[in-house]
Amino acid sequence: MSGSAGDGLLVPTGSLVHRLPAQVKIVALLLFVLAVVSTPAAVFWAFGLYAVLLLGCVVLAKLPPATVLRRLAVETPFIVFALLLPFVATGPQVDVLGVSLSSAGVLGAWNVLAKGTLGVVAAIILSASTGPRDLLAGLERLRLPSTLIAILSFMVRYLSVVADDLHRMRIARESRGYAGGRAGHLKAVAGGVGALFVRSFERGERVHLAMQSRGYTGRMPLLSIGGADRGQWLTGLTVSLAAIAVAVAARVVGL
Amino acid sequence: MHVPDGFFDAPTSIATGLIAAGAVGISLQRANREIRETGPALAGLTAAFVFAVQMVNFPVGAGTSGHLLGGALAAALVGPWTAMLVMSTVLLVQGLLFADGGLSALGTNITLMGVVTVLVGYFVTRFLLQVLPKRVGSIVPSAALGALVSVPLSALAFTGLYAVGGTVQIPIGQLATAMVGWHVLVGLGEAVITGAVLSAVVATRPDLVYAARHLRADLVLVDADGNSSTVSPDRPIAARPAGRSLGVGVAVTMLVAGVISLFASAHPDGLEFVGAKLGFESAATDSAVAGSPLADYGVSGIGNSHVSGALAGIIGVLVTIAVGLAVAKIASLRSSTHADVDTTV
Repeated sequence: MSGSAGDGLLVPTGSLVHRLPAQVKIVALLLFVLAVVSTPAAVFWAFGLYAVLLLGCVVLAKLPPATVLRRLAVETPFIVFALLLPFVATGPQVDVLGVSLSSAGVLGAWNVLAKGTLGVVAAIILSASTGPRDLLAGLERLRLPSTLIAILSFMVRYLSVVADDLHRMRIARESRGYAGGRAGHLKAVAGGVGALFVRSFERGERVHLAMQSRGYTGRMPLLSIGGADRGQWLTGLTVSLAAIAVAVAARVVGL
Repeated sequence: MHVPDGFFDAPTSIATGLIAAGAVGISLQRANREIRETGPALAGLTAAFVFAVQMVNFPVGAGTSGHLLGGALAAALVGPWTAMLVMSTVLLVQGLLFADGGLSALGTNITLMGVVTVLVGYFVTRFLLQVLPKRVGSIVPSAALGALVSVPLSALAFTGLYAVGGTVQIPIGQLATAMVGWHVLVGLGEAVITGAVLSAVVATRPDLVYAARHLRADLVLVDADGNSSTVSPDRPIAARPAGRSLGVGVAVTMLVAGVISLFASAHPDGLEFVGAKLGFESAATDSAVAGSPLADYGVSGIGNSHVSGALAGIIGVLVTIAVGLAVAKIASLRSSTHADVDTTV
């Protein structure tokens, strides 16, 4: 975990997608997932088109497919839930291979799986093509409250520091025989976490004093340099606009 | 358990997004004074702490291990407003930087894991602290119980959201039983971990535990002549006279919204389903409010069912907030008639 935490999931390839301003990519992602979520589950061709659009983005961003597939694992708990749906949902039943399933449940499972997977892949493209600092600058351009931006930026900056602290404490604990497997070790693990909070809190106090002694008056310097021009907005939103067109078509045309 | 995209329908996602934005806005306002005094670095480092702790596996007995959600722990450590900011920050970073939890479901995730767990945990903790002996050590069982209650209530809120905006029909009664039953177990783990972590913090730096600041013993100063005087150890930051009525308002709102939404399922609930099966549904008459403008969760006069559903949701949320604030107002009027109101929230 240490080392990678500060960079998020960034895969630096320097592609066109990487070079787009972060605020454009955030808005594009939001529009895309809203288009996907508002598409009726029964219109299967629309989801095929969404998948093609996302595949195009993955190719354009030069992301290794294996990495994208590996990161899909965050979805696993809800895949389990989705696979249970056909057995617990009510409504008319259909027989598949001798097992009685709810037809609404089968459609619902497809709905959760398709929309969830598309959303995760889209989020993976954003997180793999944008560094944490750029993301914060993008959120700042999107007028998030400055206090929230300041908290976010300190969290992102100190994530690897705190994670390294935790890592060192774990090595110290395990080298004293508390590997953490048994309930009797709870006290040692919890004690370490308590100490981690005290360390983080005191570090926060020290950082604030250091900032004040360097002239901090309550306003953070701006993170972002410049806005996005019209061409960048148009390029960035192409995929989302296509997705919205698909969503509208799915509503109008139907099956 | 981050909710992905597509799990709830679009109106529910948007409505919970509004709730989350409102909660973050209120927390920013309430925590403003603290953040000006202690700096944004402190909140940021607490967020990094919560993020890191969610990756620690705790042994909770019977060969199993669990990890912390951290809402109740953060509320006890840094107070409810900063805790809501911290949890929202963690969820935002997980959603944007680590692709964990869908972006359209971010509002839902913040509402369930950043607002409900923090508020429930904090209010249970505060209530128990008033009942238990006035010692700093009382924070350990109080916050543990707060954590125990917060997780199943968050699961109940999830069920309520599912009843309103779930994409598949499931008997809501069964879903509630399964969700709450399972999350009582998760909550037990959360309680054990929260209590253990807090007892470790109390042992070293009891002054850092926000919820127990007012419980520390007075400092006794003895001068050269042997005269002793006592000084309160409280920092001035902890005093906030106006925090109470709004906090109660938000709590009442959550409770009203959570409980009422359970009964307001648009889908047939367990009873109606059984009724339909047994064939006595035709005997049931529509409720007295069936003719009201919001009956069956649609605004009458608006053709598009999705637009009207969304409108009904938003109006419902606003009405709920108004009811909550009114109840809180009455409660605060009643409590302010007592002269010895404890204002150090």
